[in-house]
Amino acid sequence: MLLPLADRDQPMTNVAAQDMRLDQFQLVDRVTAVSPERRMLRAVARVPRSHSIFMGHFPGHPLMPGVLIAELMAQTSGFLLLARNGFRRMPFLAALKELNLRSFVSPGDVLVCEATLVHEGSGYAVLDANVRRDGETKAVADARLTFRVTAFVNSILEEHMRLRATEVGLPLHEYAAAPQAGGAP
Amino acid sequence: MTSTFDSVVEIISEVCDVPRDQITPASHVTQDLNIDSLNFLDAVFSIDQKFGITIPLEDWTQEVNEGKAKGSKYFVLANFCAEIDKLIAAKNAVAAG
Repeated sequence: MLLPLADRDQPMTNVAAQDMRLDQFQLVDRVTAVSPERRMLRAVARVPRSHSIFMGHFPGHPLMPGVLIAELMAQTSGFLLLARNGFRRMPFLAALKELNLRSFVSPGDVLVCEATLVHEGSGYAVLDANVRRDGETKAVADARLTFRVTAFVNSILEEHMRLRATEVGLPLHEYAAAPQAGGAP
Repeated sequence: MTSTFDSVVEIISEVCDVPRDQITPASHVTQDLNIDSLNFLDAVFSIDQKFGITIPLEDWTQEVNEGKAKGSKYFVLANFCAEIDKLIAAKNAVAAG
C-alpha cells in the first residue's frame, strides 16, 4: 500500500520487506509514494548485508558500487514512467548525467530513492533522481537521467513489468491500463 | 532567418558540440551535422524546454520510416524550425483560447 506523500521522513526500515535482488538486477523493493500528478515517485531499497559483489568491492571495505546506486535511480525513475504511461511502454536508460556519488553506501543500508519528472517528450523522458539513507536528509547520490520510451517488444516483458509493479506495491488497478495483446503500441 | 532558427542553432551548437558556421537552413540535422540519435534527443529536450512544446519526434520518424514522408520534410533545419513555429503557434492558440 502506498504511503502518504508527505511522509518523506517516515522510517523505512520496517517497510523494506527484502534485500535488493542483485543477482536478478532488481534493486527496488517497495514503491512507497507517488505524487497525485504522477511527477514524483519514491521507493525504498535495502542493500544486502552480505553478497558476493562485496567480496571484490572491496575486501575489508565493502561498498555498494556507485553504478548500482545509479541503477537504483534508474529503476525508480522507470517505475514512475511506467506508472505515467499505464505500463504500456517500456523505459530504457539512455543517458546518465552529472552523477554525483556523495558518500559511501554500505551493506545493510536502507535507501530511499526519489525520482522527479523534468520533461516527458515524444519517445523520451528526462528525470532527476536522488538517493538518501533512511533517516537522513542529505543525498548520498543524485543524477539526471534520460530514458527512451518505446512499445514493449513482446508480452513477456510487458507481463514481467506488471508483475514487478505488484511486487513493489504499485497498485495495477490504479496505474496500469489493460494489457495490450502482443505488446503492440 | 527567424529567431527560432537562431535559437535552434544555438542549442544544436552547444548541446551537440557542432560549430555554428556548419549549421545552415539547408542542413539535415542528423545526416549533415554528425549528430547521433542520443545527441539529437538532447537537442530536442532543450528545444522542448525552451519553447514549451513537445516535438512529435516519434510521429515524424515513423512517417519517414514508413515512406510516407521524406526525411527532409522534418529534419532539414529550415523545415524543422517551421514545424517548431507551428507547434509554438498551436500552444499559444490553446493558451489564448
